[in-house]
Amino acid sequence: MQASAAAARAMSLLAPARGTCIRTKVYPPQRDVTDEPPRIGVFICHCGSNIASVVDVEEVVRRTAVLPNVVLAEHNIYTCADDTQDTIKDKIGQYRLNRVIVASCTPRTHEAIFRDTLRDAGLNPYLLEMANIRDQCSWVHSAAPDSATRKAADLVRMAVGRAARLVPLTEDTVTVKGAALIIGGGVAGMTAALAMADQGFPVHLVEKSEALGGAARDLFRTLDGLDVQAFLAETIDRVIGHPRITVHLHSHVTQVEGHVGDFTSVITTGAKTRQVEHGVVVVATGAVEGKPTTFGYGQSPRVITQRDLSGQLARGELDLPKGATVAMLQCVEQRTADRPYCSRVCCTMAVQNALAVRERHPDARVVVLYRDMRTYGFREIAYKKARQAGVLFVRFDDDAPPGFSLGADGAIELTVRDAIVQRDLLMRPSVLVLAAPIVGQHDRQEVSDLLRIPINADGFFLEAHVKLRPVDFASEGLFLCGTAHAPKFLSETISQASAVAARAASILSRQTMPIGAQIARVDPDKCVSCMTCVHVCPYLAPIVGDDNKAQVQPTVCMGCGSCTSECPAKAITLHHYTDAQILGAIDRLLNAGPGPVGPGEGAYLEQVGVARPRWTEG
Amino acid sequence: MDTDQELVILALCCHYCAYAAADMAGSMRLQYPGSVRVLRFPCTSKIEVNYLLTAFERGIDGILVAGCLEGGCHFLEGNLRARRRVERAKKLLDEIGLGAGRLEMFNLSSAEGPRFAEIATEMHERVVELGPSPLRRGREAVLAGVAGMASLAEAVIAGEKT
Repeated sequence: MQASAAAARAMSLLAPARGTCIRTKVYPPQRDVTDEPPRIGVFICHCGSNIASVVDVEEVVRRTAVLPNVVLAEHNIYTCADDTQDTIKDKIGQYRLNRVIVASCTPRTHEAIFRDTLRDAGLNPYLLEMANIRDQCSWVHSAAPDSATRKAADLVRMAVGRAARLVPLTEDTVTVKGAALIIGGGVAGMTAALAMADQGFPVHLVEKSEALGGAARDLFRTLDGLDVQAFLAETIDRVIGHPRITVHLHSHVTQVEGHVGDFTSVITTGAKTRQVEHGVVVVATGAVEGKPTTFGYGQSPRVITQRDLSGQLARGELDLPKGATVAMLQCVEQRTADRPYCSRVCCTMAVQNALAVRERHPDARVVVLYRDMRTYGFREIAYKKARQAGVLFVRFDDDAPPGFSLGADGAIELTVRDAIVQRDLLMRPSVLVLAAPIVGQHDRQEVSDLLRIPINADGFFLEAHVKLRPVDFASEGLFLCGTAHAPKFLSETISQASAVAARAASILSRQTMPIGAQIARVDPDKCVSCMTCVHVCPYLAPIVGDDNKAQVQPTVCMGCGSCTSECPAKAITLHHYTDAQILGAIDRLLNAGPGPVGPGEGAYLEQVGVARPRWTEG
Repeated sequence: MDTDQELVILALCCHYCAYAAADMAGSMRLQYPGSVRVLRFPCTSKIEVNYLLTAFERGIDGILVAGCLEGGCHFLEGNLRARRRVERAKKLLDEIGLGAGRLEMFNLSSAEGPRFAEIATEMHERVVELGPSPLRRGREAVLAGVAGMASLAEAVIAGEKT
């Protein structure tokens, strides 16, 4: 995430030079293999000693060589090494291979590499199959080499069953609309907008309230002492003054149609609507402070949240009697069974506010009641400072929360059992400060429905992969940053928003982009127009065409296969995961399959030239 | 060829969570029984009852279906559809006397390598208790035939060298 953020900064500087030093790789034309029977070449990798020290690679070769349609089986020390890849290319020509199996590591990291090898050799990249005999075999069965060898042979056999039925696929391309739509005009949305606009891309920034700034309008200082309001004012000025950013205040995105690279959306401002075209969407809708319902919040002006306190401190409104006690209670209505997550920022905010109170009111006593203190990273230094400054930290157990009562005169009484000395403490603080949770926006479900993006159990938007794709949504072309994703510090929001700009630029900087060929296709002859696929698809990919038959829009389809399994007429095929390919693997594993596969078997409907019904023409 | 002596369990895994977790179990060098063979799907929602029943018909000893955590599906609710299908298939397995215990659905996130090893071990132990599938006989007969093909293997490999 931070690397992507750095890339975005670099790209802003390099924006004028974009596209000036690129070389386009040229691939040989693809050989037509439709009329050839499958001729499978299997390359089994030692991965140095990673595989070969456990699996008897030569035995796997022997067991593989006898399988139907296999014309070549060999083993290599490192299959991904350049020289081995050249060997594979040579062997493809020499043996007229038209299916290639690489038995090595995981396709999650190496499939793209070997697909490229096939393209270099004039084969369609979808004619590659991988067997994972390292991550899912040698590494997990190092204590049982015989069993690992049998398993490796089985995994390769499954790959043979599937590979024999693989069919070449062509990827469509779409023209990219080089603009961005950003939902949310807080720090996350504005940072992403500026980073993209600085790279030269037009941005539509949509904010539902009357002003930019979001939750940061209620923040005053960071722990490092930076003035958040000054930063915010400067950022807002830059956004409003930027020639490539169009700000839509008081506005909502009410419709999003299309797919990565080519979206058409409707922005509604009051009674007016405006249609915009863009290539990516960024969700930066933020989060809010959940107002507590316990510990007398709302019943007494002396019970406030940490955010309220930092506001009072910043405005100089905090008025404390001499020798007052300020009690801070952490983890209020969070890290419980109902709301299991941690809001991440409250411990640091408590420590920061405690230090500020001690500085302004040296005679005031500050007591922090906590379950676990987590001042992330270097913020630990502030925690140490707070201890040195005489802030008292009292730990209580999860199952013994403090008792609270509010007297008729407005006096607050707190009882807490100190978990360390196992004694009950009684205190009558002048002010009780609650660490309220950060919760998702109340209209998050509408955003989720609009863009068909997932929300996790905590009420925040869910990224595609926590480590590998931390700012992307699973759907292509949709990105996520800021507290809409999870509670986080301002600095983390800024780096995440910059990272989004870098990821988005990887789409926006292209003229056209390919879309994966692993998509669903409907056979109109079998379709009974029941609309099941339309209801099942999470992305609204299937539509009903002019012939009243379902069609799957190739650019919208994400290739999950939900519709293919639900279609009652079995009219839908998921390319690259056909029944024949899946059952081929299962049959071959259990040695129950038919003999060799013949030419053209398993080909898709549109590839064997079945004409569409005549009455649909003209 | 002694695969017939050993239990064979299929793990039908979704690409985004379970398959990634299985890879992670590898990176962490966690050990689990060698009976489990992973087959990758884009999403568990692609797994049809037909695939499960076909595998049982061909003599598989057990199947585990592994998808994303509920609510955390890459394709929104594909894993919930898969669960319904697995439940349906389990009923059918009970009806035909093979027993629903040979099939189970699990949910885990891509970061749960240890959980994958746990699931694999749990399923293996369960199938050990149930014993080999009574439908294995067909599989063994074919295997006996395959064993006779060893000489053919040598010929193919020799051919490759010339």
